[in-house]
Amino acid sequence: MPIHDQTYRRYAGRREQGGRAWMVVAVNGIRTIIKKRLFLGLLLLAWIPFVVGAVMVYLNASFPQFTLLSMTGQRFRDFLGTQDFFVFVITVWVGAGLIANDKRANALQVYLSKPLTRTEYIMGKLVILAAFLLLVTWVPAVLLLVLQVAFSGSFSFLRQNLYLFPAVTVFSFLQVLLAAFTMLALSSLSKSSRYVAVLYAGAYWFSHAVFGVIYAITGSTKLSWLSLPGTLNQIGDLIFRLPPRYSTHAVVSLLAVAVVIGVSIWVLERRVRGVEVVS
Amino acid sequence: MGFETTGRLEAVTRTKRNPFSYLLIKMADPVSSPVVALESVSVAYGKNAALRDVTAAFEGGATGLLGPNGAGKSTLLKSLLGFLVPTSGRMTVLGLDVVHSALEIRSRIGYMPETDGHIPGMNAVSFVAYCGQLAGLPASDAMQRAHEVLYYVGLGEARYRNVETYSTGMKQRIKLAQALVHDPDLLFLDEPTNGMDPKGRDEMLDLIRDLAHEKQINLILSSHLLPDVEFTCDRVVVLDKGAVVAQGPIDALKGSRRQVFELRVKGDRHAFAATLVAAGFECHETDEDVMRVFVEAKEGARALFAMADREKVQVRHLRPSVPTLEDVFAKAIGER
Repeated sequence: MPIHDQTYRRYAGRREQGGRAWMVVAVNGIRTIIKKRLFLGLLLLAWIPFVVGAVMVYLNASFPQFTLLSMTGQRFRDFLGTQDFFVFVITVWVGAGLIANDKRANALQVYLSKPLTRTEYIMGKLVILAAFLLLVTWVPAVLLLVLQVAFSGSFSFLRQNLYLFPAVTVFSFLQVLLAAFTMLALSSLSKSSRYVAVLYAGAYWFSHAVFGVIYAITGSTKLSWLSLPGTLNQIGDLIFRLPPRYSTHAVVSLLAVAVVIGVSIWVLERRVRGVEVVS
Repeated sequence: MGFETTGRLEAVTRTKRNPFSYLLIKMADPVSSPVVALESVSVAYGKNAALRDVTAAFEGGATGLLGPNGAGKSTLLKSLLGFLVPTSGRMTVLGLDVVHSALEIRSRIGYMPETDGHIPGMNAVSFVAYCGQLAGLPASDAMQRAHEVLYYVGLGEARYRNVETYSTGMKQRIKLAQALVHDPDLLFLDEPTNGMDPKGRDEMLDLIRDLAHEKQINLILSSHLLPDVEFTCDRVVVLDKGAVVAQGPIDALKGSRRQVFELRVKGDRHAFAATLVAAGFECHETDEDVMRVFVEAKEGARALFAMADREKVQVRHLRPSVPTLEDVFAKAIGER
């Protein structure tokens, strides 16, 4: 059918079944972001720790006498800890405008007038951010495991550290979900992505600063759950079977994460609507 | 009134003598069934009622949703889309219940919002194709339809421009394009000519008329501009202060069996207008010093001259006119 034909015609083609619109949102969002060269540069930068890790894996396999380079659970935990910085930057870069920009452009009424539920819309946006975050956390960590097996030529490392793959997976997803939900909730609160970015950075660092001040005064680390990075570090240590760095109970830290995610979902439920009613 | 049995159309008008009495004009129309039906629907923003016990039926074809600003037109459309949840009542769109089949309804309707709405950072063709995909079209079909629809609405040459650089008129057109891309059975158009220059407005109205009358797409046009509705629609539902005050075919509401005269008199025209109303004539005063008086065809202008003679009022101007939607609107919302 020539596109220069200017008359309107009825459509008799195929229509997709419902429930897949979130994929359209996600794919479109990912495509839009990877078109930015600066962002691709950031992604490359975020893979430098992986390259360093890969070199260490290779050297460890080639020169087993250097015990300093031997791969352990601690190394994988440290690797994911290093990625914290990139998780923060990517969350701010990608996530701040995900809903805020739609609110600024009144796009929510366009989205929600299509056969798309609010849950699907949020899921689509969540997938955009989570995909990039997993790309700098879970994907390189799992690749490091694969490289370890490949370079050593046996599965003995994996057999000796059976917990590692689940630990990497659980921690990465927890880290990503916490960042993604928190950022989406903040993004739904404003029409300005810059304001959202500042808000997220404030929440992230301010919570850690508050914990730092309390620690300086009381000398106790029991209140590490007040800090977003502190909570995540505490849970990370437990997942990787390392001595916890704070004296906070694991249940309290997990509860703190659950509360943050729960509040974020509640905020999203209230703020992502086709009509904004100002009382 | 059950929706299933609605084979008739009710035209509700309020008489001047008693604004609280309603005259029901029933017209047989057994073929068409309503594409949208509301039964005792009430919607409130907090404590403020926006729609009050609205019962209305929108037949197929083009129906105008008329009313002054704040009458509840946009609220009604947003309720039909599922954006707002009514405090009471029941709504059906294309025979589907709005509460239980919201997604199916949205896949079959197109919504052109009143305010600007676009996806940031996209050019027109990507935006419209994206909307098509969201509505369930495969990616390749959505892209092809996007090109076609953009040409249809007159944005063919500007389709690769970022939507954010568009003028107000172009933004109106692209809102229509995104509403049309998935070929809906029913269109909701909320103030589609807002902010457009006269030429653009005429073109937009031509498009809407073409969609309704040539392409057989049902549409509901929400507007406070009477000429827009009169040009594009066959039927009208008039809202005022959240309630339906008139509905039915425009021709029937105009009262084609009556004559209308433009009348200017010397003397106290307000008193004369009151006398005419008291005598059973329908009379609307306009912004100028002219009043529009409806007279039964058999009576003609003689009745007006007789009244003027009796009241000792001098007739300075008397000209036959035609009933307009403005008359219907003025009568329905009780303006003088």
